[in-house]
Amino acid sequence: MRPTILAGALFAIGSLSAAFAQSSGPIKLADVAELSGGGATVGTNWKNGIDLAVEEINAKGGILGRKIEVTHADSQSNPGVARAQVQKALDDEPYVLLGPGYSGSVKVTAPLAADAGITQIMGGEAAELTQMGDKFLFRTSFGQQSSMPKVAKYINDELKARSVAVVWVNNDFGRGGRDVIVKEFGRLGITVVADQSTEAGQSDFAADVSKIKAASPDAVFIYLNEEESARILKEIKRQGVTAPLIGETTLVGQKVIELAGGAANGARGHVGLTTDAPVDLIKQFRDKFVKKYNYVPDHNGIKGYLAVYMVKATTDKMGKVDPKAFADTLHGLTIKATEEPGMLMDVTFDEHGDIDRQGFLVEVVDGKQVVTQVLPKLH
Amino acid sequence: MSANGRYLRIAAGLVVIAALIAIPANFNRYGLFILSQWAVMTIAAMGLNLTLGYAGQVSLAQGAFVGVGAYASAILTTHGWPLPAALGVSILTSFIIGWLLGYPALRVQHHYLAFVTLAFSTLAFLVFRNESWLTGGIYGISNIPRPHIFGFATNKPLPFYYLCLGSLAIVSLAVWWLIRSPWGRAFMSLRENPLRAQSLGVDTRRYTLMAFAIGSALGGVAGGLYAPLTQYIDPVPFNLSLSLDLLMMVIVGGSGFFFGPFLGAMIAVLLPEWLRFTQGYYLMLYAIAVIVLLIWSPTGILGILDRFLANRRTKTASALRAVAKSRLETVQ
Amino acid sequence: MASLLDLLVAGLATGAIYALVAVGFTLLWQTSQTINFAQGEFVMLPAFLMLAAMHAGAPFWLAIVIGILLSMILLGLAFKMLLVDPMLRHGVLPLAIATMALAIGMKEAVKQFFSAEASPFPSIVPTNDISVFGHVISLQSLGVFVVAILAVMGLTALLNRTSLGHQMQAAAQNPTVARIIGVPVERMILLTFLINAVLVALASLLITPIYLAKFSSGEVLGQAAFIAAIVGGFNQVRGAIAGGLLIGVLDNLSAAYVSTQYRAAVPLIFLIVIILFRPQGLLGRSEERTV
Repeated sequence: MRPTILAGALFAIGSLSAAFAQSSGPIKLADVAELSGGGATVGTNWKNGIDLAVEEINAKGGILGRKIEVTHADSQSNPGVARAQVQKALDDEPYVLLGPGYSGSVKVTAPLAADAGITQIMGGEAAELTQMGDKFLFRTSFGQQSSMPKVAKYINDELKARSVAVVWVNNDFGRGGRDVIVKEFGRLGITVVADQSTEAGQSDFAADVSKIKAASPDAVFIYLNEEESARILKEIKRQGVTAPLIGETTLVGQKVIELAGGAANGARGHVGLTTDAPVDLIKQFRDKFVKKYNYVPDHNGIKGYLAVYMVKATTDKMGKVDPKAFADTLHGLTIKATEEPGMLMDVTFDEHGDIDRQGFLVEVVDGKQVVTQVLPKLH
Repeated sequence: MSANGRYLRIAAGLVVIAALIAIPANFNRYGLFILSQWAVMTIAAMGLNLTLGYAGQVSLAQGAFVGVGAYASAILTTHGWPLPAALGVSILTSFIIGWLLGYPALRVQHHYLAFVTLAFSTLAFLVFRNESWLTGGIYGISNIPRPHIFGFATNKPLPFYYLCLGSLAIVSLAVWWLIRSPWGRAFMSLRENPLRAQSLGVDTRRYTLMAFAIGSALGGVAGGLYAPLTQYIDPVPFNLSLSLDLLMMVIVGGSGFFFGPFLGAMIAVLLPEWLRFTQGYYLMLYAIAVIVLLIWSPTGILGILDRFLANRRTKTASALRAVAKSRLETVQ
Repeated sequence: MASLLDLLVAGLATGAIYALVAVGFTLLWQTSQTINFAQGEFVMLPAFLMLAAMHAGAPFWLAIVIGILLSMILLGLAFKMLLVDPMLRHGVLPLAIATMALAIGMKEAVKQFFSAEASPFPSIVPTNDISVFGHVISLQSLGVFVVAILAVMGLTALLNRTSLGHQMQAAAQNPTVARIIGVPVERMILLTFLINAVLVALASLLITPIYLAKFSSGEVLGQAAFIAAIVGGFNQVRGAIAGGLLIGVLDNLSAAYVSTQYRAAVPLIFLIVIILFRPQGLLGRSEERTV
C-alpha cells in the first residue's frame, strides 16, 4: 500500500513540470496570492482585480493579438507556501509573475523571480522591498516610504501637531508603516506620546483608546486594517477623544465608513488608491467591479487590476512579448491614462520599481469620503 | 510464511528508499521543495509521535519547537555559523525547553496537559514576534544561507533535498533504535499504564520529561532544516496552527506506529498540493478528506492496515487450524 | 480611577461574548467528551445562514428563525450523527482533530460560497450608546451581557431544577447507570447538541454586529472562548461564564497596564497557573483520574 501511494505521489509531482514556450499561443501570467489564511481578503480582492482586467483585455483581442491566460495559486498567507507556489509558477516559465501581497511573502519569493529573470509585479507596501536592489520587482501602489512622509508632513504642516499617538496593527503591514512614520515624526520634531500595537482581529479597543486619551496627543495616527479601524473609531467616539484622527487608505475607505457609521466622521487620511477618488476612470472601474463581483473592492482590487494593465502597457510599448526585456522597459516608463485607460491614472515607474502617481488627502464628512486636496504626481 | 513477509517488507522498504533517492533527481524545483518540506515535517511529526504516540503525552506545542529550532538555526547561520553547529544549538535549545515543558505533565494529564502546551505554543509565537532584537520581529529573518556539507554546496534544490532526506534517514534510524531500546519500552509503559510502570520500578518522572525533551528536540531538528529550506522565516508559520497540523499528521498517519508520521506528513503536505487543480475548493476538499479518513479509521491510515493484517492473520491462523484439524482427523 | 472602571466595564462586555461561546464548549465536553475546535466557526456560520435567508428575501425575524433552525440541523443534528457518533468511542483526540478539519472546511466553504469580505450584520439591539453615571456603555455590549447571563442562568435552572435536567446530568455523569435507571441517554446527549446549536446561533446573532460576518471571525473568538472555558473549569456551565468574564477583563487590564504587545500572554500565563495549581478550574469539580 505504502510504496504505491508514494510512487504515485512522486509521479504526480514530476509530471507537473512541463515547461512552456512563450513564443506563440496565449500569454501566460502566474498569480500567487493570499487566498486563504490571514490575508484572504487582501488576496481575494487582488485576484478579482486581475480576473476583471484579464477578461476586459481578452474581450478586446488581448495583448498584441494574443490572449492572456492567468493561473492563480494560494499562498495560504504563509511565506513557506508562497515560496513553493512561486517556484511552481516559475517552473512553468510565465511571462510575468503577479503577487504576492504580503511583504514577507514578497521578500522570500523576489530572489527566485530575479534568479529566473522573470518580472514580478506585487502588492506589498513595505518600504524595504524596493530597496533590496532587485531589478525585477515592481509595486502597484505607493510604498510606505513614499506615503508615510506625506501623512507626517500633513500632521506637521496643516495640523501643526507637536505630539502624536500612533496606533498600529502588529503585522508586517502595520509595523512597517509605524516604523517609517515614527522616523518621520522624529525628523520633524514631533513627539510620539503613545505607541500602541494592536492585534489583527482585535475587537475590544477600550484599553488602547484609554491609553491614547491619557496621553492627550495633538493628533492620533491610526494604521489598522479596515475592520479594526471601524471598531477603534467607535471606541474613540465612545470615550470622547477629540484629537484629529489621521490615517491611510485603511482608515477612510468606504468599507470603514459603512462599518463605523457616524464614528468615522472627521477621520482624515492620505489615500493612494481608492475607489472613491474623483477620477472618472476609477468610477468606471468600480462600477465594472461591482457588476461582476457584487461588492465594492478595496485598494487591493485596484492593485490587481493595475498589475495586469502594467503588463499590457509595457508589452505594447515593447511591441513584442519579451520576458527578458520586460523589466528594463518598465523601469523609467511613464504610462498615461489617456493612452492606456486601464492604468486609471498617469503613472511613472522609477529605477527601483517604485511608482509615482497622484495621491489624495481625504476627510470623512457626513458619512462620505471627500477629497480635500489632490497631491500631484512628482514628475 | 513470516520470514517471507519480512523479506517482502524489507524489499518494499528498499524500493521506497531507492525511489525517494532516484525519482526526484529529474524533478523540477517546485517538486523538490515540496518533497523537502515533506521530509522536514515528517521529522517534526516523528518527534510528536514519540511524545504522544509512544509515551502518551498530549502536546500541542510541537509547532513552537519547530519555531525554536528554526529561529536558532536562522539567527546563527546568518551570523556565519555552519549549519551543523547551528543545528546542534537548535536541538539543545528545544531539548531543554521541552524538558521544562515536561514538568506540567508530571502534575496534569490528558486534555489539561494539552491546554498547557497550547498556551505555551501561543506564548512562543508572541516571543518570536515581539522580541525583535533577537528574532527580527514581524519582519522575520531573510537571506538564510544554505549550508556546505562536507564541501558540497546545497543551495541548489536537489542537494538540499538530499540533505533533508539524509537527515530524515538519520532521525528515522535513531527513533527506530530508541523505541526498541529499554527507553522505548519505558515510554510505552507510560502510555499504557503509568501506575503499573511506576510500581514495576520505571522512573516515570524521568521518562515523562525525556519523552517531552526528545520529541521536542526532533521538532528542533525539523526547524533547523526548515529555516534554510525557505531561506526566510517570520513568526506567522509557527503559530498554533502548525502545532495542530503536526498533531493531525500524527493522528491521521496512525499514532504510535513507526511509519505513521511519514504518511501523515504526506497527507498534510502533499494532498493539498494534488488538490490544487480544484482551485478555490482545494482546502475544503482536503478538510473533507481528513474528516472522512478519520471517521473511517480513527486510528489513522496505519490503523486500517493494522486491522486488515490482524484480520488476515486470524483468518490464516484459523485456516491453518482447520487444516491441522482435518489432518488430525484423517490420521485417526 | 474612572478609566479603570471603564476598562472593567468594557472587559466585562467582551468577556460576556467569550462566555456565551464558552458555555457550548463545556456542554459538549460534559455530555460527550467532545473538544470542539470548530466552536468559533459554529458561531460564525449562523450569521451567514441568516444573511443568506435575507438575501433570498426573508424579513429579518424570519431569517433569524431560519438561521436558528438550520443551525440546529447542521451544527446540532448533523454534527452529532455524522461526526461525533462514529468517532466518540475512539477517544478524545481523533474527534478533536476531526473538528479542526471541520473548522477549516467551514471557513473555506463560507469564503468560497459567500464572500471573503466582511459583511455588516443588522443588530437586534439598538446600536447607540447610553451614559450611566458619566460612563458611556454601548447598548450592544449590554445586550450581549444580559443574554449571556440569562442563557447561563436558564441552563443552570434547566439542569438543576427540572427532571429533564436531572436526566441530562445523569446521562453526562454516568451513562451506564443512567441507562439502567431508565434515562434515554442517547436522546439526552442529542438534546445537549441541539442546545449548543441554539446557543451558538444566539451568540452569532448578538456578536456578529460587533465582529462583522466574516469567514475568519471564528478564529479569534474560538480560541478566546476555549481559554475561557478552561479557566472557568471545563466541566461547569457557570464556570464558563466566570472564565469568559475574567478573560475579557484580564485582557483589557493587561493591555492597559502591562503591554499591548503581550496582552494575549497574560491570560495564557494565568491559564497555565490555574491548570497547575487548580486543574479543575476556578469553579469546576475535580474529575477522577482514569487509570
